[in-house]
Amino acid sequence: MRIGCPVCGDRDAHEFTYQGDGSRTTPPLDADQDQWFAHVYERTNPMGRHTECWLHTGGCRAVLIVERDTVTHEIFSVRLAGAQAAIHDEEAGQ
Amino acid sequence: MSAYRLAENGHLIDRDKPVSFRFNGQTYSGFDGDTLASALLAQDVQHIAASFKYHRPRGVMTAGSQEPSGVVTLRSGGRQEPNCKAPEVEICEGLDAHPQNVWPSLGFDIQAVNGLLSPIFAAGFYYKTFFEAGQTGWHFFERFIRRAAGMGEASRLPDPDRYERANGFADVLVVGSGAAGLAAALTAARSGAKVLMAEEAAHFGGGLLASSATINGVPARQWCRETVLELTGLPNVTLMARTAIHGLFDDNTVGALERVADHKAQPEPHEARHRHWTIHAGQIVLATGAFERPMVFDGNDRPGVMLASAAVQYAACYGVAIGRAPVVMTNNDSGYQSAFDLRALGVPIATIVDPRDTVDPALLEQAASLSVTVRTGHVVASVSGRKGVKGVRIAPFDVRGGQLTGAGEHLEADAVLVSGGWTPNINLASQAGGKPAFDAELQAFLPGAPRPNVSFVSCGSAAGVFDLQSALASGQEAGRSATEKAGVKPLTTPTPTVEPTSPDVRPAAVFDIPPRRGKGKCFVDFQHDVTASDIALAHREGYVSVEHLKRYTTLGMAIDQGKNANMNALTLMARAQDRPIEEVGTTRFRPPYVPLSLGAIAGRETGRQFRPVRRSPIHDWHVSNDAVMLNTGPWERPRYYPKSGETITEAYIREATTVRKGVGMVDVSFLGKIDVQGPDAAEFLNRVYSNAFLKLPVGKARYGLMLREDGIVYDDGTTWRLSEHQYLMTTTTANAALVLAKMEYWHATAWPELRVKLTSLTDQWAGMAVAGPDSRAVLQAVVTDLALGAEDFGFMAVGNGRIGDIPVTIARLSFSGELAYEVFTASHHGLAVWEAIMAAGQDFDIIPYGTEALGTLRIEKGHVTATEIDGRTTADDLGLGGLCSKKKSFIGSALLGREALLENNRLQLVGLVSKESRALLPGAHLTASGSSESAGHVTATTYSPALERYIALGLLRRGRERHGETLTARFPLRGDTHEIEVVNPVFFDPDGSRMHG
Repeated sequence: MRIGCPVCGDRDAHEFTYQGDGSRTTPPLDADQDQWFAHVYERTNPMGRHTECWLHTGGCRAVLIVERDTVTHEIFSVRLAGAQAAIHDEEAGQ
Repeated sequence: MSAYRLAENGHLIDRDKPVSFRFNGQTYSGFDGDTLASALLAQDVQHIAASFKYHRPRGVMTAGSQEPSGVVTLRSGGRQEPNCKAPEVEICEGLDAHPQNVWPSLGFDIQAVNGLLSPIFAAGFYYKTFFEAGQTGWHFFERFIRRAAGMGEASRLPDPDRYERANGFADVLVVGSGAAGLAAALTAARSGAKVLMAEEAAHFGGGLLASSATINGVPARQWCRETVLELTGLPNVTLMARTAIHGLFDDNTVGALERVADHKAQPEPHEARHRHWTIHAGQIVLATGAFERPMVFDGNDRPGVMLASAAVQYAACYGVAIGRAPVVMTNNDSGYQSAFDLRALGVPIATIVDPRDTVDPALLEQAASLSVTVRTGHVVASVSGRKGVKGVRIAPFDVRGGQLTGAGEHLEADAVLVSGGWTPNINLASQAGGKPAFDAELQAFLPGAPRPNVSFVSCGSAAGVFDLQSALASGQEAGRSATEKAGVKPLTTPTPTVEPTSPDVRPAAVFDIPPRRGKGKCFVDFQHDVTASDIALAHREGYVSVEHLKRYTTLGMAIDQGKNANMNALTLMARAQDRPIEEVGTTRFRPPYVPLSLGAIAGRETGRQFRPVRRSPIHDWHVSNDAVMLNTGPWERPRYYPKSGETITEAYIREATTVRKGVGMVDVSFLGKIDVQGPDAAEFLNRVYSNAFLKLPVGKARYGLMLREDGIVYDDGTTWRLSEHQYLMTTTTANAALVLAKMEYWHATAWPELRVKLTSLTDQWAGMAVAGPDSRAVLQAVVTDLALGAEDFGFMAVGNGRIGDIPVTIARLSFSGELAYEVFTASHHGLAVWEAIMAAGQDFDIIPYGTEALGTLRIEKGHVTATEIDGRTTADDLGLGGLCSKKKSFIGSALLGREALLENNRLQLVGLVSKESRALLPGAHLTASGSSESAGHVTATTYSPALERYIALGLLRRGRERHGETLTARFPLRGDTHEIEVVNPVFFDPDGSRMHG
């Protein structure tokens, strides 16, 4: 499996660390216990298309949001998460 | 029993090159090119193994990796290798092979008594008998059972050989080099595709090597040789012999095992024994061939009972005749072809037995012309002879009823050659494909379609195409389509012409011959000694699913992997259930297709190369000053520095005492170090740490506690504010990478608005802690540009100075509980700074100390590390509840208040003191006196030189309320009970006056 890192290009999956479900959003720190409970413990485990978080541990260390098929490993899209996305877009714009 | 070497034939052997080898302690002679099986058969050594469960004499049944019976142990010492298949072992000068699973000897195997007791050794016997005796009973008997029912033994010595891993790339990977494989490879290669062809045997050609057909007017063998020669000459082709493809994985990633040097007495210097290949294939052509199918009848496992095609291979390739009077039993026309081929090769076949009443008249005519007697409507009902075939009983058989219809007659014979039809080798296709489809004509399964992320195409007999001309055409088509899919324009080549037409392999549905009156042993899985009656028993006991049958009887497991046993078992099971085979279904084949050596999987990553080693920049100093090193994760750290004759205990006591009374220095370069930088760095830290970080001034450090999102303690360390926007965070050694990754995740996904950048500096900074009452004086003697007086540089102060010309950053921190400083400098200056401080400390008798003394000092102070931060404890459990701010939200704060985390009987950190003046055992459980119920456990133990007591830290239910109680620490595995007293975990200097002084 290879992941096309927007910063480093197409790289082997071994360079990345899976960081969990990328479709979740972290609740605000002051959100209540139920919201955090749902965030930490409640997961879907879809067979097929799934949005995931991958850290490019052995590369640029960007956190990537990857849309992947959990059966075929086909990768539909890769984008930078949050902060890096903003910087990347800004640099691209300049 | 009278196998022998023919006067001619045997194109794989060189009769001018004799080779001597040893088997079972005796020296034998064979020829260069022989396999162990062919060389032993040539000398009529047929009984070479003992079976798995009943210890029945076994010989060679096949001529390749399909072999389930003729299994031996090769070599000795560190190179000893069990479970090698004799037909795969190529002999070489000095080869030493041993029978396995026999005691005391092959000739007199005492456990053969199991065969006499066989009625009770049916499927599930061991478990039923011994498991019901209870766990204790099973544990007692298991040792003996494992010894009796077993395969070969692995060596307990280190393997001296080298193993390697490599990557291969191809547009088209062709698996197998028989007719279809060669045709596919040739088509792809001539078209210009990058081709890799892998053949598990030593020679390319598969079935062509023993074929009597002609291709384009020349013998098949010659066509094969010319084709291989053409392929070898093409720059875009790689041919790999002795290379078994063992697994098909996602995205056409293919695993292969190359047996580089198994055919040599030992590998050449610097040569690998095995090489594991990860092949990245554009397209895969599976030309994996087919297995001839054994039949199930009484005595079908005796040495001398062999697949008919194997007998042809031994005669054609090695010039070995299986016997002087072999009988052929076949349920299809290919058995006739084998008989005729054997006759042509000089093996005297006199009788063919065929359960079918009607047989192609042309075959009967040909048989008659060769004076071969054909007994239609008959089968071999049983075999006589124990260590070899002495004769057979030939009896009439009713195909429809599936029963013998008469007692029949005895016939002298010395071998039985069986053809029960052909099973396409769909192992790899099944690994990576959909459900195999049952073909009623072949009575076998054909490959299913590939999974979406794998692209293979099967051809030749692996796809059920058995006619040689059609197989060549199907190989060409597979090669063409794979080439095209790989993006290369395929060239069309004419299909070779084959003479004569291949025999019809479609079998009559007769695969087992139930013995009359139910007596006799009919084997289905030869490797695991599973019989037809075991399958009937499994059915009676309700094992309906094929998966359950497999697990209950162990059928198709281990080296056989269903190659021989699968179809016959399914047939028997289907009949017992009165269902068609396609409904019973087949199990999915799993990788690996052939046994893989662990060495090949590990490759070069063994011993020192097992994983990268991390060393402090000061490492060499430790080693040259006699430090005993300790591996903690990848790090090598000094554990203690023994003076001559000192034990580890004496050394750590001396080191810890010196720190308390004078001064010592410890290397802390191993700590995780993260640069946290940016205008929002303080806010970021304030969110990830549970205690307040917004108001930490420049030039100060603070201890920080980090929780997981679920409220459990994650990590701790100090963070130093170096300037307005720059912090240096330290983490525990083990969690350095994890903490960084987690913080990067939170920053990227949850708080992208925070202007902060995180960078690992673990390898950039060297660090050392100078600790003890004299530490200030030592540093004042060597540090310039920084005032270190008590008033100028208070507890938790951070500042920059110099040692000589070298810039250093110093923080006044203490893990030991003494007045102490951490001195950080650039890695490449680490050794110089360490040596400068050591030199300055000479006047104060400074010593280096290691992790043992560090542990002692921290236990005396009740400081927690990974043994207490064990992924289950909360801050409050560890007495650090005050570090969880009530004034802010932080990672973990929302779930901190969950009911279970607040219960009053949680395990809490306590100090423990031995009441018996002896060392406590870490891991011991804490119990009330007289009770065996665990109320907690001991986490870390030491002798405390400061207290002159044996002490420990522990986690105890409601521990904080229980100071002063006497408990028993129990360690049942070592039979130890130990009276202890519960105390405050801060044993030494509880008010901290020493480190604040």
